[in-house]
Amino acid sequence: MNYEQLIHETALADERLLVMTAENRALIRNLPGPLGARFIDTGITEQTMIGAAAGLALRGRVPVVHALATFLTLRAFEFIRTDVGIPNLPVKISAFVPGFLSDGNGPTHQAIEDVALMRGIPGMTVFAPADEADMLAMLPAIWASPSPAYLRVNTRPGTYQHEPFVMGKAEIVSEGKDVTILTYGMLFEQALIAKDLLTEAGYSVGLVNLRSLKPLDTEAVLNVVRGGSLIVTLEDHFQTGGLYSILAELLLEHELTAKVLPLALKERWYKPGLLSEVLEYEGFTGQHIARRIGERLGDGAHTFGAKTKVVENEFAE
Amino acid sequence: MTPEKKQALSELALRVREHIVRLSTDGGCFTGASLSCADLLVYLYADFLNVNPGNLQDPERDYLFLSKGHDVPALYGTFAELGFMPKERLANHLKASDSIYWHPNRNVPGVEFHSGSLGHLPSVALGVALDARLRGQNQKVIVITGDGELNEGTCWEALLVASAHKVNNLTIVVDRNHFQANIATEDLIPLEPLAPKFEAFGAVVKRIDGHDFTALEEAFTALPFSPDKPSVIICDTVRGRGLPSIERRADRWFCNFSSAEITELLKELHSQEATTLTSETLTVR
Repeated sequence: MNYEQLIHETALADERLLVMTAENRALIRNLPGPLGARFIDTGITEQTMIGAAAGLALRGRVPVVHALATFLTLRAFEFIRTDVGIPNLPVKISAFVPGFLSDGNGPTHQAIEDVALMRGIPGMTVFAPADEADMLAMLPAIWASPSPAYLRVNTRPGTYQHEPFVMGKAEIVSEGKDVTILTYGMLFEQALIAKDLLTEAGYSVGLVNLRSLKPLDTEAVLNVVRGGSLIVTLEDHFQTGGLYSILAELLLEHELTAKVLPLALKERWYKPGLLSEVLEYEGFTGQHIARRIGERLGDGAHTFGAKTKVVENEFAE
Repeated sequence: MTPEKKQALSELALRVREHIVRLSTDGGCFTGASLSCADLLVYLYADFLNVNPGNLQDPERDYLFLSKGHDVPALYGTFAELGFMPKERLANHLKASDSIYWHPNRNVPGVEFHSGSLGHLPSVALGVALDARLRGQNQKVIVITGDGELNEGTCWEALLVASAHKVNNLTIVVDRNHFQANIATEDLIPLEPLAPKFEAFGAVVKRIDGHDFTALEEAFTALPFSPDKPSVIICDTVRGRGLPSIERRADRWFCNFSSAEITELLKELHSQEATTLTSETLTVR
């Protein structure tokens, strides 16, 4: 089962579901035939696609819209906020190549403020799967929900056996006394490597795959805070407005404090290149993450083994 | 159109204009842009559209989207006259206890979608038209835009997409009152020749006098203009129509009159003799 098969199967079972795209067919190339008029390509018009999706949702449809994350969240932001957000319509946004996944495209294509923007819309839900299996596990619940939804599409193959998806629940991979990594999306893969490297070095390492940024599993995060370990917020997003901010808001709300190491993009876009190059340069490979955490734990001399091999992104449009 | 029908529509439009004038105080409203489309809205709701207070949940009703949302006093005035809302509700204008303010709110029965940010509803209407076609329904989906609103690229983008998808049940109606906020359109971002622009984007266009009920009827009853193209009706109108003292005046964009002025302006609607206005002309809202 892949994304295209799942959406095809869901559309056959539920006539409300429509597939729309602003000429980004990478994930849905084979659907125009089988879906006929329920496949709507509006051309390179993110704003019009979102407006039309709102109109379709007004009539009881559940449009799943596809385009690049950055153009959807930035160019069409006002349409999402005004035409989907204000009436709280069930438009499902599948945002392609978010975060580091736009690797070689350059800053025009870097959606690294998308979580901040989308979670700021009242009623909007925000999801970031760790890999393809994680994404397929959460999509049925996302599409069935009456809420508007933003999904950071991630079709990268993973090796981790995920738990079944429960709306609003994070996936606790491990609990740790020394450090706990909170992460979402494609960096989960590197976080797993970092966790193993740190564990080998003798640390007790927790790892949480948040899955959903909104709703947030506040219980899971507060448990981590109460555990007292160093907390790492690991994200391919600007440090402002993403997970680091989400954690800060939660701590303030509960009058708590914590030792937090943010691993994010601070006031800059990332260096474009092949994904392996980007992660190496920006310090987001498993080894780099382990090293940066080790440094914070007073273990700056530890190299945490050899350079991490990163599986390159599949090229798609 | 029979003279009796024309007379009835004219009288109804006059009452709607009275509502617009009464809303132009205690905070005010966009009076001129409301007066320019009053005849259009009266014709559509009173005579043309299959939409009424009793069928607002019927998926096969006709849809009207007001994309130039600042003319909402004309819509609410029409709604009050046609029984969509009690007339007394207009007295709640700008009160936080109700939802009647400077732009349309979807919670008011009859308002199909909120608007206020320009250039949005052509695409929302496109979505509704696409769904109607998917379901084999053949109701009209009409979206009214301003002329200044046509500065927004998304109006043209939506038309491009509607043409590509041969959406013939979508009609864009332009309230061509020749002003955008405080400047004449042709002095800022000239739109003429306008009809050929729409034609170049794939629509079939008719251009009429938007204050002439006979012309409105002739144009709207001819819809759709093509079996495989969207339709456009450009209604040439006068901003402030009905109040000679503000007609075609660039400085009368947003109006907040004194209660004494309202009394005079209500008389002016009937006499068509210009009143001397002393209230501040607001240039920004």
